[in-house]
Amino acid sequence: MDAFLLQVLNGLDKGSAYALIALGLTLIFGTLGVVNFAHGALFMLGAFCAVAFDKVVTAERVLLDPIKKTPWGTPLEVRVPYAKVWFGDAGEWLIDYSVPISLALAVPVMMLIGVAMERGLIRHFYKRPHADQILVTFGLAIVLQELVKAGFGANPIPMPAPSSYQGMADFGALIGMEPNTVVYPTWRLVYFLFAAAIIGAVFAFLQFTTFGMVVRAGMADRETVGLLGIDIDRRFTFMFGLAAVVAGAAGAMYSPILSPDYHMGMDFLVLSFVVVVVGGMGSLGGAVAAGFLLGILQSFASMNEVKQILPGIDQIIIYLVAVAILLTRPRGLMGRKGVMES
Amino acid sequence: MTNLNAADRLLLLLFAVAVLAGPVILAPFGAGYPDLLQKFAIYGLFAIGFNILFGLTGYLSFGHAAFLGVGSYAAVWAFKLLSMNVLPAIVFAVLLGGLFALLIGYVSLRRSGIYFSILTLAFAQMSYNMAYSVLTPLTNGETGLQIALDDPRILDGAGQSGGLPLTNLFGLPMNQTWESELLGMTVQFNVGFYLCAAVLILGFYAALRIFRSPFGLMLRALKSNQNRLNYTGVNTRPYALAAFVISGMYAGLAGGLLAATDPLAGAERMQWTASGEVVLMTILGGAGTLLGPVLGAGMIKYFEAILSAINKAELSDLLSFLPDALREPLVSVLALFVGEGWHLTLGVIFMAIVIFLPGGLVEGARRAMRLFSRGASDAPSEERPAK
Repeated sequence: MDAFLLQVLNGLDKGSAYALIALGLTLIFGTLGVVNFAHGALFMLGAFCAVAFDKVVTAERVLLDPIKKTPWGTPLEVRVPYAKVWFGDAGEWLIDYSVPISLALAVPVMMLIGVAMERGLIRHFYKRPHADQILVTFGLAIVLQELVKAGFGANPIPMPAPSSYQGMADFGALIGMEPNTVVYPTWRLVYFLFAAAIIGAVFAFLQFTTFGMVVRAGMADRETVGLLGIDIDRRFTFMFGLAAVVAGAAGAMYSPILSPDYHMGMDFLVLSFVVVVVGGMGSLGGAVAAGFLLGILQSFASMNEVKQILPGIDQIIIYLVAVAILLTRPRGLMGRKGVMES
Repeated sequence: MTNLNAADRLLLLLFAVAVLAGPVILAPFGAGYPDLLQKFAIYGLFAIGFNILFGLTGYLSFGHAAFLGVGSYAAVWAFKLLSMNVLPAIVFAVLLGGLFALLIGYVSLRRSGIYFSILTLAFAQMSYNMAYSVLTPLTNGETGLQIALDDPRILDGAGQSGGLPLTNLFGLPMNQTWESELLGMTVQFNVGFYLCAAVLILGFYAALRIFRSPFGLMLRALKSNQNRLNYTGVNTRPYALAAFVISGMYAGLAGGLLAATDPLAGAERMQWTASGEVVLMTILGGAGTLLGPVLGAGMIKYFEAILSAINKAELSDLLSFLPDALREPLVSVLALFVGEGWHLTLGVIFMAIVIFLPGGLVEGARRAMRLFSRGASDAPSEERPAK
């Protein structure tokens, strides 16, 4: 039982990331009908928002110590982050919590990037074939990741989680099991809760606000909504921005789990596409469910007991499931009829 | 070369001459060395094959690198087990590439559009991951599959001694190069390149025949309206599968040639970035055209070789005629696009092509020609009032 629970938990953090990216992909596909291959790059940009924010708050003031010397006889350098010099304890707190606080930077930046991307590029591709949309966003993904590589270098940049969340949480004890049977990294638990909150917020936004209602109506029949005198294009642009924000926030919060590097987006994108297809193109619930499902399946497949029976299964399980599902349920788990049928 | 009209015969002839004279033509551009020339020919072949699928049927495969990788592994195994002669290796690579494509194509082609792209991508990633993990006895994992001294080589293994044997064509080693002076340049004629060139010309001829055949016409019909074909009572799947297998065989062939010129196969050849690269080549040159893919492959490999070799200091030298105040920022901006960052250039060019010139370079050339010929036809009309 504990082993089972542990594997489920292990799958949750990766599954959360898949679900968040797939949610954004589906939002974009459902509203604008565009297949966005640059969505992984948006995830990566979000992670680098966290990196940039961390770099800014940990910028150090270098002073030379008047008395002490290094063993080489040069004056000892005293490095103090500016944040600490200016804000004292609050600055220290700022540095410690740089990853969650960086969301304050990531959200507006990603919204801006998303809107700029839709207005500047994607808008011109609505009437073009899906192949062209795939290709141009693929090109954009290359450009974005190369720009990040030029700015931040090619190596992964480790990001610390806030110190109070760095250890392990005794998850078993929380739900009334024996202490120390199911321990799990705290930050991953935080990430899962964060993802659940974001997913809930997006669904609530679509379900319970007028704006969301109009967007849903537009997803069902864009033309009619337009004929009713509603500027649906503007709302869809905002939805693209929202999808970018979801991907960016997912990336920023994921940075303590996986040190960001410039091609992390592509690695996640390929899997997220598989997730979207398994969930059913155009189905938001399907994307989220498939994200968690595949994340958990992957974690079960990487158990040693499973690997002994089927070596290497952990590497291919997701693709295998995708192939099986597409061949048996061509529209995916929860796909709607008439979406991407041609 | 029967059944080809005069224009096609001329095209084929010009293509053959241009390819065979490649070392001479490309020498002034700094691309006349065997390694790069071989890459031109091999990736040209890869792109021609991809174009038969994507350009004619419109099925966008994101997993073609898998067949290239399989071809490479097959060829290296042929070198290890049979002989160092490249001929059996290449045949083996083509067959295995085709077989693999048959398996993957049979499953993937049950879906179309984006689903097909994702399915091929999933299969390619699966092969890539398996080549790294479970199949290590077959692929030698991260190290890559290499030939070794104690390989059996049942056909010509006996009596060899000393260093590692070289890949050869009936005794003619692949890396043999004759150099000669021509118009003040050193021109290198390399056996490996000429093998690739011969195969490229054959491959181009085959593609030409497919483009002009009823089969090719059917593939185009598949692209323009598959539903209508189905309603007419045509079962389209065998046609699409045939195109898929043919393009997989081309990819296997390219992989086999890669191994023939350098007997080493690694899993990174199967990674999806490699699949993306062949898509880029085909689009850049012009999907659905005969010459486009070869041009695109040549362009990308050329820029890769030239741009990735430039560094900041050279850039600074190149722009030394500019005043310092202007040069410094310009160099730092341009430095993003060369050396390590040449992929950025690739991405920008690619986006520009997809946005402004969906037909690729060939389409661009055609537009330029039309502009030119319209200018020519305008000229007489101006004279007319004078008459």
